[in-house]
Amino acid sequence: MPFPERDPKERIRDFGEVALGFTEENAIREAQRCLGCKRTPSSKICIDGCPVEIDIPGFIKAIREGDFEKAINIIKDRNSLPAICGRVCPWEKQCEAFCVLGRRFEPVSIGRLERFVADWEHKRGLQIPKLPPKNGKKVAVVGSGPAGLTAAAELAKMGYEVTIFEALHAPGGVLIYGIPEFRLPKSIVEAEVRYVEGLGVRIVTDVVIGKTLTVDELLESFQAVFIASGAGLPLWLGIPGESLNGIYSANEFLTRVNLMKAYRFPDYDTPIKLGKVAVTIGGGNVAMDCARTALRLGVEKSIVVYRRSEDEMPARREEILRAKEEGVEFLFLTNPKRFLGDEKGWVRKVECLRMELGEPDASGRRRPIAKPGSEFLIDADTVIVAIGQAPNPLIPKTTPGLKTRKDGTILVDPKGRTSKPRVFAGGDITTGDATVIEAIGAGRRVAMEIHSFLSLGQPWPEL
Amino acid sequence: MHEILCAKTLCLGIKLFEVSAPLIAKKAEAGEFVILRVDEKGERIPLTIVDWSRAKGTITIVFQEVGRSTKKLGRLKEGDMIQNLVGPLGNPLENRFYGTTVCVAGGVGIGAIFPIARAYRASGNKVITIIGARNKDLLFFEEELKAMSDELYITTDDGSKGTKGFVTDVLGNLLQSLRVDLVYAVGPVLMMKTVAEVTKPYGIKTIASLNPIMIDGTGMCGSCRVIVGGRMRFTCVDGPDFDAHEVDFENLLARNRRFLEEEALAMKDDPN
Repeated sequence: MPFPERDPKERIRDFGEVALGFTEENAIREAQRCLGCKRTPSSKICIDGCPVEIDIPGFIKAIREGDFEKAINIIKDRNSLPAICGRVCPWEKQCEAFCVLGRRFEPVSIGRLERFVADWEHKRGLQIPKLPPKNGKKVAVVGSGPAGLTAAAELAKMGYEVTIFEALHAPGGVLIYGIPEFRLPKSIVEAEVRYVEGLGVRIVTDVVIGKTLTVDELLESFQAVFIASGAGLPLWLGIPGESLNGIYSANEFLTRVNLMKAYRFPDYDTPIKLGKVAVTIGGGNVAMDCARTALRLGVEKSIVVYRRSEDEMPARREEILRAKEEGVEFLFLTNPKRFLGDEKGWVRKVECLRMELGEPDASGRRRPIAKPGSEFLIDADTVIVAIGQAPNPLIPKTTPGLKTRKDGTILVDPKGRTSKPRVFAGGDITTGDATVIEAIGAGRRVAMEIHSFLSLGQPWPEL
Repeated sequence: MHEILCAKTLCLGIKLFEVSAPLIAKKAEAGEFVILRVDEKGERIPLTIVDWSRAKGTITIVFQEVGRSTKKLGRLKEGDMIQNLVGPLGNPLENRFYGTTVCVAGGVGIGAIFPIARAYRASGNKVITIIGARNKDLLFFEEELKAMSDELYITTDDGSKGTKGFVTDVLGNLLQSLRVDLVYAVGPVLMMKTVAEVTKPYGIKTIASLNPIMIDGTGMCGSCRVIVGGRMRFTCVDGPDFDAHEVDFENLLARNRRFLEEEALAMKDDPN
């Protein structure tokens, strides 16, 4: 079914959403393609690909019947943020990859159908379900990103009194500072946050756990703490010239534009500076976001430099395609060696090396190896380093008894329990940078474990 | 929302605000800073916590109205609200007995040196404070710093008060005859760079409180990155205090200039 997108030449002139939704008619027609498969032990279907196991055939059947209310209730039984997932989930690697129809034809557009129902509900107005009486127990959640918001919502629906502590001045985490407006409108994030608040969750912004308050202090007033502080520490290349002016981490670049609305400077006070040629280093969704944002901010050329080939790029195919349509250029099998600047300290060129693919590394992908003597220069007056994020060390540093792994992630058992009694963790802070839906899945699972712990009072394991 | 309980003009273009911030006041220590945003469209800017009252639940900030955001802040009055205020950020001052400490501050840094001098004094150090400004109209906190220091020296570029010259001239003279165990510098980047150059031949431990451009203040963006000892450090989580002999001040100077064009544009747009 046609799922319209805005014309590339038109859409790069603003930050409006690129993917337009299904019409009701087209949504129902698409829903009619679904075979209504049943889950069996022997064959995998869509539900098996969903990190939160939404009853996909169930909600699609409800769409077919025109009962969108029923559809959204089925989805929300498992996923509290469907308007967001229906935009950013890599459904082609998840539910749609398991679609039985997809074995021979195009899979059912499950992600887009989820978005259709979620948007319908937004237009209708999010309704707060009937809540159980409060059970008198309090849980603190650290971080208002997808994992934190989901855990808080699930716990509130079970009668817990939940407070989320957010370090920034607005809630949403990566949903608000990382993912651009044209992929995830902030009005959607705000509506989802209001829904979570409507469930009775209290969100306190401008509080940095680890500085303003410690985890130990939280444990004095809350029966359990869920750490969902994410992977917000930018990774750097560690090559000469990285501190030249004009070089941004993806986090700084996106935070200025998305959270601080630098694209509306000087109406908004936070500036962003771009030259004529923006080079983004990296191959994930964040890199695509940066390269596409740079175009919208008026650069003449936006180039993505990636050390492996196109097939190995972790970004969603859909986002790579959209980037290409918008005019982003790609230099594959290329890695920067150093940055060269002018006498005023501004970056002017990137010296790159050609790469070739060798044996697979720990991730299973073929390792890029530099071809000696293949150095070449590309012009760049803006560079964005988008090679990944690591967990922010602030909380482990300030929480005695909280064990971390060598990569900085918080050590947890399968139930989300850390080495510190009554402290749970989930999302990117335990896995390293991953997807929104995995964080939502973790938020949901750990919320159940917190509930189990607080109702049954099992002894805390030795980690 | 944080109410401004007290607003004072200290001297030309430099103001002091006492702001309601109970959580921050409870934790604040010398050397730490806050990040604030005046309103919805405002920038996030870092400011040193100059003083705090745990009992009253307030913190004190001192700022100079040099650009769009500080001018916006300066227009607020007692009873007005600062929309966002977060802290305490950064690492607290490494405070212990050293012996003789020299606190050097220039310009609006004179505000930031106050909690430092006080802290060193509380640890039993002899505290010599040197403050400098372009002229006498830009000096402030003289009485407050006199009370915290064993000796206070004042310099002005034009000689309108105290010694004519720079803080580093006075520092250089002092070092010729006095044994000093530690020098702490806060002020314009060029001033801190020169302090480091003056103390280096004597091998005196020298700390600079760096002031790069920041956004989040918690280590997630890298805007505040500086080069110290050849390695990249984040001022907001590794600093703001660093070994001044290891800091690449030239790089910091250049990085602090990276939005000059935009800053000028924003000032043109400013209602004042």
